[in-house]
Amino acid sequence: MAVLELEDVSVTYRSAEGAVPAVRGVSLSVDAGRSLGLAGESGSGKTSVTSTVLRLLPKSATVTGRVLLEGEDVLTMKWGRLRAVRWATASVVFQGAMHALNPVQRVGHQIAEPIRLHEKSVSEPTARKRVGELLEQVGLPSRVAQSYPHQLSGGQKQRVMIAMALACGPKLIVADEPTTALDVMVQQQVLGVLADRVQDLGLAMVFISHDLSVLASACDDLAVMYAGQVVEQGPSDQVFDDAHHPYSRALGGAYPRIGDLRFRYAPSGLPGDPPFPGEAPSGCAFHPRCPQAREVCATTDVELRPSGERRWSSCLFAPEVGT
Amino acid sequence: MSLIQDVAGGGGHDPVPGPPPLPRKDKGGKGLSPGASFALRKTGAALGTLFFVLVVNFFLFRLLPGDPIGMYTRGRNVPAEQLAQLRAELDRPILEQFLTYLRNPFSSTIDSAQFNRPVWELVTERIWPTLLLVGTAIVLASIIGVWIGIKAGWKRGKSFDKVSTGVTLTLYSMPEFWLGMILLIVFGVGVLGLPGVFPIGGISTPGVDTSSLAGWLDVAWHMVLPVTTLTLVYLAEYALVMRSSLVDEMDEDYLTTARAKGLSDKFVRRRHAVPNALLPTITLIFLNLGFTVSGAITVETVFSWPGLGLLSYEALRGPDVALLQAIFLLFSIGVVLANLVADLLYAVIDPRVRS
Amino acid sequence: MASDQQTGGAPQGRRAIARARRREALARGWGQFRTRRAGMAGLGILLFFTLSALLAPVLFPPETISVTRATGELLAPPSGEFWLGTDDSGRSMLALLAWGARVSLTVGIAATLISMVIGTSVGIASGHYHGFGGAALQRLTDWVLVIPFLPLAIVLATVLGGGSTVTIIVVIGVTSWAGTARLIRAQTLSVEGRPYLERSRALGSGNWHQMTRHVLPNVFPLVLANTTLTVAIAILSETTLSFLGLGDPLRPSWGATLDQAFSNGAVSAGAWWYIGPPGLCVVLVVLSFTMIGRALEQIVNPRLGGQ
Repeated sequence: MAVLELEDVSVTYRSAEGAVPAVRGVSLSVDAGRSLGLAGESGSGKTSVTSTVLRLLPKSATVTGRVLLEGEDVLTMKWGRLRAVRWATASVVFQGAMHALNPVQRVGHQIAEPIRLHEKSVSEPTARKRVGELLEQVGLPSRVAQSYPHQLSGGQKQRVMIAMALACGPKLIVADEPTTALDVMVQQQVLGVLADRVQDLGLAMVFISHDLSVLASACDDLAVMYAGQVVEQGPSDQVFDDAHHPYSRALGGAYPRIGDLRFRYAPSGLPGDPPFPGEAPSGCAFHPRCPQAREVCATTDVELRPSGERRWSSCLFAPEVGT
Repeated sequence: MSLIQDVAGGGGHDPVPGPPPLPRKDKGGKGLSPGASFALRKTGAALGTLFFVLVVNFFLFRLLPGDPIGMYTRGRNVPAEQLAQLRAELDRPILEQFLTYLRNPFSSTIDSAQFNRPVWELVTERIWPTLLLVGTAIVLASIIGVWIGIKAGWKRGKSFDKVSTGVTLTLYSMPEFWLGMILLIVFGVGVLGLPGVFPIGGISTPGVDTSSLAGWLDVAWHMVLPVTTLTLVYLAEYALVMRSSLVDEMDEDYLTTARAKGLSDKFVRRRHAVPNALLPTITLIFLNLGFTVSGAITVETVFSWPGLGLLSYEALRGPDVALLQAIFLLFSIGVVLANLVADLLYAVIDPRVRS
Repeated sequence: MASDQQTGGAPQGRRAIARARRREALARGWGQFRTRRAGMAGLGILLFFTLSALLAPVLFPPETISVTRATGELLAPPSGEFWLGTDDSGRSMLALLAWGARVSLTVGIAATLISMVIGTSVGIASGHYHGFGGAALQRLTDWVLVIPFLPLAIVLATVLGGGSTVTIIVVIGVTSWAGTARLIRAQTLSVEGRPYLERSRALGSGNWHQMTRHVLPNVFPLVLANTTLTVAIAILSETTLSFLGLGDPLRPSWGATLDQAFSNGAVSAGAWWYIGPPGLCVVLVVLSFTMIGRALEQIVNPRLGGQ
């Protein structure tokens, strides 16, 4: 059964220049025990998509479509119900644990906060014991609970974030670039901890990153976003090794080897920049940068179509599969 | 220091090696904890400032052209032997004089020109009324000011914010003694046929025993207008500072974390945003204590409140140089010490400062 | 601006380009400033007071504010002849206010100039020099920052001899620079870290060249925004010092007028027209500078973003 189901979700931001569509008709679903990787450059709308899950978008954003968390639409929930669902059903491992932790509270207190909030019956000593266990589960000694965030390294803080996300036994974890700010060795460690915990507990996970190789190694399925739309979706090894969309291919080529920083910030062979949200070109949004673009790409509207077994692509030249 | 072994349970074939060692809590060095060395450093800086104040206070009056004795004794009859003593004092080498001065900056050989009394005596008896007045105003102003700042900053751009920012900016632009005079005319003297309600000056009605309950009430009654004036002026600053530091905190990621945890808006504000925004506010409040002193001087003058502020005004009108020097020294010491307390207090409440 | 005539094709020479660029930046800044309502309101108020200050001698000949040649009744409330009433010497309050604007604005701006020059030099130098000199300047800044302003100003004014406008200007100028210095120092440190300064150092440019050609232009917008805020504080300080009797009695500023009112019992006489208007003028002018300064600050440093 799907823990999370997005149906035709769009996010539009109001700004001084008018409405800016950041996400345009995205549908995704994640089953219990499965993990979905969401890839794309910055500005592709991936964080906006996942922020709809707990309704954490700023007030200037309007969301349409349906966001079903265990079958219940998050977008129509009352505030009280939403607050009860937050962290208890779905929790978030935020990007850059650096600022996501309160700098002047001990981390143990911060991990215990959602436990106290959602499980009122839990006594203080029990909560403290659970914090210790959670820390040990992510490979930290329980005395880290007494530390302040600035006393911990980036990797340690990220582990604290993971422990915090697990605190209330959620069904779904949203990991928003949890390893981006870390150096490569630590990145692997943190990734391992996260993957292990998710697997052991049988959780569903949505993992966001701009690094396709990280996603391919950590997730069962992949969805690649460009200009607010999903352009390719399928099992992660297949999408990584044999992409059906030129953009996925370029993104995969941009990160050829894990652990080699030279490739991380110098994407190979993708000229130009992604369009600003709201200024997506006609036809296939990717055509101005696409090495395989032809004239029809600028004029024909594209949408996600099946392109193989359990695979979808929006490229006009992706393999055709009879429906 | 022990290396922490991987204690991760569950996974079995956990690929994760042990986490990097925790940073040690004390950085060894001279065997001082970071807290203690922080306190020492701050105390040293405060002592440096005090020394600077002493230097300014001493040399300012001696290195200037003109006859210093004339300046100190202007407008009064000084016995010949005292004058001779003074001249002998001022004829000694300047460094020697400075050392004597350092030994006890308050026991000047020169009495107050106006009161013909040792300046130290005059100054000490005026401290308490000032502390009572300014202390009350600061407490009230910080409570009200911080409350306004939170309310305005949390709902930025809403009508409360617009009105309160307008009002506080106006109050902030106001000479505090002018506000005092206006309040005095309206509520003390009475205008346009309305009678005045409050006393127009002083700390108590003459003849009332200030140690009795009635005396306390009388003093409190006299405090209403000057305290209101100072509170209004101070709270403007506190509200503006609190608002802007809360606004600075609003974009921080840890607030999103708090919301994601399911905390209600009220708790996100109370448990996370406000405590963090209070930290810079407290420092700024203490840093700007000098501005508080300005208020005390002019407002005490307007309300004839017998504190250090009124004494400054009286000394200035002389001008009673010896007294002015003592007052300047006392105010500076007060502000420097308050700053030191603020620094130390800050280290206690913000863990980041200690390391 | 003589070379403006030649423009038509490409601008000639480095100077012309620099000038054109500066003009463009100024135009862009003005465009941004115009959209800020509070800033424009402040500018409007300020223009009004500047005009009154400039026109004071025309509208109110000097004899109208002479104590001996005043024509009005003593302490008369507002009337058809004297719209804002008279003071205790029978002078027109309106004339006093217009003449007071001259003193208050002059002192505010002159003192700010001194303060900005000291503050900017100390700030840039303490950020630029890393050795003993820089540290000493920084320490000095910290000290001056902590010493309470008014007691120090009183002591200084007494020593320099009160009762003169120049003394007040100097006293405010030399006591109020520390905040600016600290701000500029922080900005200098961030500019010093940028690559083009390293390049300039590598090419062998001297300290003076680095500070005046690279650091100063970069901190200048901040100096400008800070200046308007400093003027506000300087005018308030002037009012306070004059109220305490340190101003020039022959050229009464708004603060000195308030001093007169207070000393001559206007409060117990209930002469609200004597006390209200001068203070109101101070509030309006200070507020106008504050609003302009805040608007400039938001343009210079968008991260502050008000709304």
